[in-house]
Amino acid sequence: MVAVRASLEDMTSSPADQPGATDTTDAKIAAYAHPERLVTTDWLAAQIAAGATGPGTGIVILESDEDVLLYETGHIPTSLKLDWHQDLNDPLTRDYVGAEQFARLMTARGISRDTTVVVYGDKSNWWAAYALWVMSLFGHPDVRLLDGGRAKWVAEGREMTREVPSVPAGGDDAAYPLSARDDAPIRAFKDDVLAHLGKPLVDVRSPGEYSGELLHMPDYPQEGAVRGGHIPGAKSVPWARAAAEDGTFKPRAELEAIYLTEQGLSPDEDVVAYCRIGERSSHTWFVLTHLLGFDNVRNYDGSWTEWGNAVRVPIEK
Amino acid sequence: MPESLAEIAADFRDSSPQERLQLLLEFSDELPPLPERYAGHLDQLEQVHECQSPLFLVVEVGASPGVAPDDQRVDLFFSAPPEAPTTRGFAGILHEGLDGRTVAEVLGTPDDAPMSFALAEVVSPLRLRGMVAMLSRIKRQTALKSAASATPDAPASTPDASSASRG
Repeated sequence: MVAVRASLEDMTSSPADQPGATDTTDAKIAAYAHPERLVTTDWLAAQIAAGATGPGTGIVILESDEDVLLYETGHIPTSLKLDWHQDLNDPLTRDYVGAEQFARLMTARGISRDTTVVVYGDKSNWWAAYALWVMSLFGHPDVRLLDGGRAKWVAEGREMTREVPSVPAGGDDAAYPLSARDDAPIRAFKDDVLAHLGKPLVDVRSPGEYSGELLHMPDYPQEGAVRGGHIPGAKSVPWARAAAEDGTFKPRAELEAIYLTEQGLSPDEDVVAYCRIGERSSHTWFVLTHLLGFDNVRNYDGSWTEWGNAVRVPIEK
Repeated sequence: MPESLAEIAADFRDSSPQERLQLLLEFSDELPPLPERYAGHLDQLEQVHECQSPLFLVVEVGASPGVAPDDQRVDLFFSAPPEAPTTRGFAGILHEGLDGRTVAEVLGTPDDAPMSFALAEVVSPLRLRGMVAMLSRIKRQTALKSAASATPDAPASTPDASSASRG
């Protein structure tokens, strides 16, 4: 079986670049509630140059995209692919993989429980945020996003490669431990949302989807919701409002102006975010939880493809 | 299924899942760019909305004298951005397999041909729907344009039909 253990030697060889260390090079990131959840392209490039990244080391970089082939066209050196559909979803039940399959996915990428995982991807990190959120369901302690994702890395002319790093083989004892998935704190199901009605809900889809004029994302395939509209009481805050032009997250003050001042949300409230299948709302979940420090945000991954088809649930237009 | 497309399907089926992704990447890399008459004129192409990324295509049907409508040549043109390699790969397969075939061969391609590449397990069935949609639009445009060119007095169905020179 393919398995590795993060080498303690690697982790202590260069104290200035300790994998677990927070990226403190950027004032914008330092201002967020949980700056340890985000890294800059500069920071990541320095880690790669120092040889501190790759399967079996202290930092594993994962690419998670909408397009399943984008990784193969070229990726950040030493990174591996984690596909939202092929890897993270159960092939039969509409649910995520279980503890055993998750452990296999991590082990096959040279990740151990104490590895710092940096995720990046296309579409302003939608799918990267989704992968981060799923890893959080399994309680992986240190998983971060690359601010700006794939597009920023490419725009800066940084190195891309088609070389897939090999994963060093290890013994069974080096395998990622079976870690129970704990959905309740950050994942909402339909019944949870029904019980939540009247409390803050954030609909992160496009305005047309929110109003019910569109049953799917503009320019995206129809994914079969029979009714359009939104969950009663949901505020419309399209996910992209949290992103700057270059795909990075907006500074904390600008995010607070949107979510706190304009929308009246409060970090101590229970909030549920949703979209169409839970990927765009993972982005907003990340913003509220890790950038603004909300204590209790849940992502409703059933989202409109469930709510818009469910029998006898209320909707608003 | 036209032999050229069937051969590609066999290549995919005979490959391991990881090789299939590499093969799809090769088709993505090799998708020809739009010729000059279409470059910058996406309004002359049809968008395939079922694809997750912007994909535009247009079909040209030949009008060679003395050739039966069913035997006229079909040419295919696609446009998809480099950041959508899966969509480009689907387009590349259809281009390699159907470009230059006859009207009869294109129209005879089964609608479920995209399912014969063993791609569902490597790209997910959801994503494969884009390829099914591409094929159905290729066949629809081929049928429409073939009918139009078979009727000499009928106006060309698109502005491009007259500019195509076929030997």
